[in-house]
Amino acid sequence: MQRWLGDIIRRNEARLLEYRRMGRAFRRDVLAVASLIVIIAFALGAIFAPWLTPYPEQGEGEPNLSEKFSPPSPEHPFGTDNLGRDVLARVLYGGRSSLSIGLMVVVIAVAIGTPLGALAGYFGGWVDELIMRVTDMFLAFPPLLLAIAIASALGNSFTNAMLAIAITWWPWYTRLVRAQTLSLREREFVAAARGMGVRTPTIIARHILPNVMTPVLVQATSDIGSAILTGAAMSFIGLGVRPPTADWGAMVSTGRVYFLGQPWFAAFPGLAIFLVTLAFNLLGDGIRDVADPQTRRSVQ
Amino acid sequence: MTEPLLRIEDLYVRFRTDEGTIRAVNGVNLEIMPGEMFGLVGESGCGKSVTGLSILKLVPHPGRITRGKIWFRGENLLEKPESAMREIRGRHIAMIFQDPMSSLNPVFTVGHQITRVIRRHHHVSRREAWERAAGTLDDLGIPDPERVMRSYPYELSGGMQQRVMIAIALSCGAELLIADEPTTALDVTIQAQILELLNALRIRRGVSILMITHDLGVVAETCDRVAVLYAGRVVESGPTDAVLQAPAHPYTQGLLNALPRPSARRKSLQAIPGSVPGGIEEIPGCPFHPRCALADDLCRSKTPIMTPVDSSGAHLAACHLIGKSEG
Amino acid sequence: MAFVEARDLTKHFVIRRGWFARPTVVRALTGVNLEIERRETLGVVGESGCGKSTLGRCLIRLIEPTSGQVLFDGEDVLALHGEELRSLRRRMQIVFQNPFSSLNPRMTVRDIVAEPLKAHTNMRGSELTARVIELLRQVGLNESHLYRYPREFSGGQAQRIAVARALALNPDFIVLDEPTSALDVSVQATVVNLLEELQAELGLTYLFISHDLSVVQHISNRIAVMYLGEIVEMGNAEEIFHSPMHPYTQALLSATPMVDPETRRERIILEGSVPNPANPPSGCHFHTRCPAAMAFCADEKPPLREINGRLVACHLHE
Repeated sequence: MQRWLGDIIRRNEARLLEYRRMGRAFRRDVLAVASLIVIIAFALGAIFAPWLTPYPEQGEGEPNLSEKFSPPSPEHPFGTDNLGRDVLARVLYGGRSSLSIGLMVVVIAVAIGTPLGALAGYFGGWVDELIMRVTDMFLAFPPLLLAIAIASALGNSFTNAMLAIAITWWPWYTRLVRAQTLSLREREFVAAARGMGVRTPTIIARHILPNVMTPVLVQATSDIGSAILTGAAMSFIGLGVRPPTADWGAMVSTGRVYFLGQPWFAAFPGLAIFLVTLAFNLLGDGIRDVADPQTRRSVQ
Repeated sequence: MTEPLLRIEDLYVRFRTDEGTIRAVNGVNLEIMPGEMFGLVGESGCGKSVTGLSILKLVPHPGRITRGKIWFRGENLLEKPESAMREIRGRHIAMIFQDPMSSLNPVFTVGHQITRVIRRHHHVSRREAWERAAGTLDDLGIPDPERVMRSYPYELSGGMQQRVMIAIALSCGAELLIADEPTTALDVTIQAQILELLNALRIRRGVSILMITHDLGVVAETCDRVAVLYAGRVVESGPTDAVLQAPAHPYTQGLLNALPRPSARRKSLQAIPGSVPGGIEEIPGCPFHPRCALADDLCRSKTPIMTPVDSSGAHLAACHLIGKSEG
Repeated sequence: MAFVEARDLTKHFVIRRGWFARPTVVRALTGVNLEIERRETLGVVGESGCGKSTLGRCLIRLIEPTSGQVLFDGEDVLALHGEELRSLRRRMQIVFQNPFSSLNPRMTVRDIVAEPLKAHTNMRGSELTARVIELLRQVGLNESHLYRYPREFSGGQAQRIAVARALALNPDFIVLDEPTSALDVSVQATVVNLLEELQAELGLTYLFISHDLSVVQHISNRIAVMYLGEIVEMGNAEEIFHSPMHPYTQALLSATPMVDPETRRERIILEGSVPNPANPPSGCHFHTRCPAAMAFCADEKPPLREINGRLVACHLHE
């Protein structure tokens, strides 16, 4: 019992040291750290919006038309919109739908794409042919059009918008993971495992998947930004999040009409989209630099 | 006595990394005579490649030459500006590497690459350069030079690629060729061809060659003199036969004993205990003392200097035991 | 009967460059016959592309031979399937050239060495760890190395981890595919010594593949010399080293740089390089580079025949 406990502690110690080393490398990357701070700030802003701003998401009951289009002021730092709602409050609340669309789309896409890619790459032959031809079909479809088709078939809602984007997204992960698996399959540690008589599912779980997770994580992080962008584009054209729920894409869409006179209405949500997308892309680059054990060889 | 073509004096190279400063080269001294094949031998991490790159001032980032002089044709290369070094590289001193494929540009034909180097250093027409390149290849015993020159690097075998690298190195008439593990990636029968070629060049053209290798056999069969490098220091140097037949330094002895030999089949090999130091922590005294069976207190505190081993004065070793009673 | 036996073992790799291009057939291994006795080391030497690695991998069925037979302790290896094959794998293992590519960089030493045990036994938890420690000690490492990652080790130590993993299931036969080629001389010596000690202690049978004749002659009882997918000479290691009969063996030996002047031979420099195995020369594959080639060497392939207790495939020895 004692020994078993010590075992676990020592084993975690190795992992901990590994994470600590990664942490140190990451902290040296100024851009990645700044990106992480931006993302965390937006996430906290979205979660704690009710406590951060005195204004509710959808205005105070009746539209307060007397206060519409007030320019940025101490009272309304980002100004107000065409219905007199506080833009700062709506940017904060809008982070909820944008960030969760980005995150969920990528989670669904990775969950579908990774196992399919690993199977196609590891087994090859007809399994590969079948899986890859199906992904080709999905890739050949214009993503926005497919999303529109799904939204019109299943109804216009937040969940359907998310599903629609995810369905156009997973083939990229299948391709990425398949390519990685193809090269991993030829690596000697996989040959060694086969030679030892390790069963195929175990080989995929222990040797293939952990080694494809780094590129997948990097890709996924950058993709959250793109998914947010696509989500914004969908609500911009009126699919997905429905008013009066706050959403960055929808706000830019409504605000663009007033852009010449009242630029703050569209500019601040637009800036939010820009910042978050950029932050996720830079964070992805940072993770890639840190997580690859090959690039950080430290010989004892 | 003739002047050496190249003299390295007290060379130090440091690499500043996150883990600490790596002392890659720690006071190397050596001289290469005109027309000589000089072997620089040691295990991985001993600083042999870095020494080679220092001569051309091509030490990669984050490495820096922190001390020393490199005399070539009466001038200290380390004081020369980068523009003057570009003139020297290729024109006077050329270098070839273990992997010729990574030194050749895959999108240009071999002929294009050789003529470009020639035209960089000499004012000749494209046709003259092409003929000169073909002449060099022919001189290197390459059959059908015109066909090779019209080929892309990947169309050639490893041995042929290395020959092309040698042709590029020599097409401008360099006096010194630095060959960094030129045959390590090649099969033995191809290695034999390349070594033969280098030897012929030295004899016919009087080119000096600095042969950087880990292979004592290659040194034994090709080099006139040899320096054994350990932890960035020359620990033994002298005529090849003297050093390899009567090694004076315990490290050289250890390396030779570790080699499998036909005379001692199925007897266990003598390994050197411990491993090569990483270069970060400073070892007081003789750098080899932690692995040396003969080390005493003097070895642990004082760094030995190069001392003549025999009466000839040509064979030197850096070991406190030299001169003490044998045994 | 021999412990490991290959009969007419052949492996052709088919390379397709596209749907419409004609596939190229690379003859990596052609009709190889050999026998390895229990507790023996058979060395296999040859240059790149001679098929030595393919031979090793076919013997333990890491790749499927195109045709031929492999008998392991009397059992027909190529006839086995599924669980039968999996359980036979306990008895044959492989050690590769570069430990940093044969050890999964994301696994700790404990997980790496424990992997074959997990696949074949019910050992888990502390029992498993105890066995891993025992194996590490056997190869000169200890429990302080358990939870480290491969990249934290030097090449020689990492290769010891690979050896420990190969020993985990108490195998009888180990294919050593250039196990010391990536190591420095002084480290190579420690690994060669370790392999020899383990063989004596555990009664192992080795197939030792290398391009380096001096290492092969040191460790092997018998040597097989390969050229373009075929064995051209096979016999007692010492005899082959001292009096090679096949012109290729002679050239190979003379080209190997030797430190001692007394073992140095007159250099035989071969012309050209190894032909493309997709399109091997007619007759004797070696005739295009052979200094002693005769006219009919290009037409007629010399069979491997026994001469003074040695097998040689050359028209000069008829």
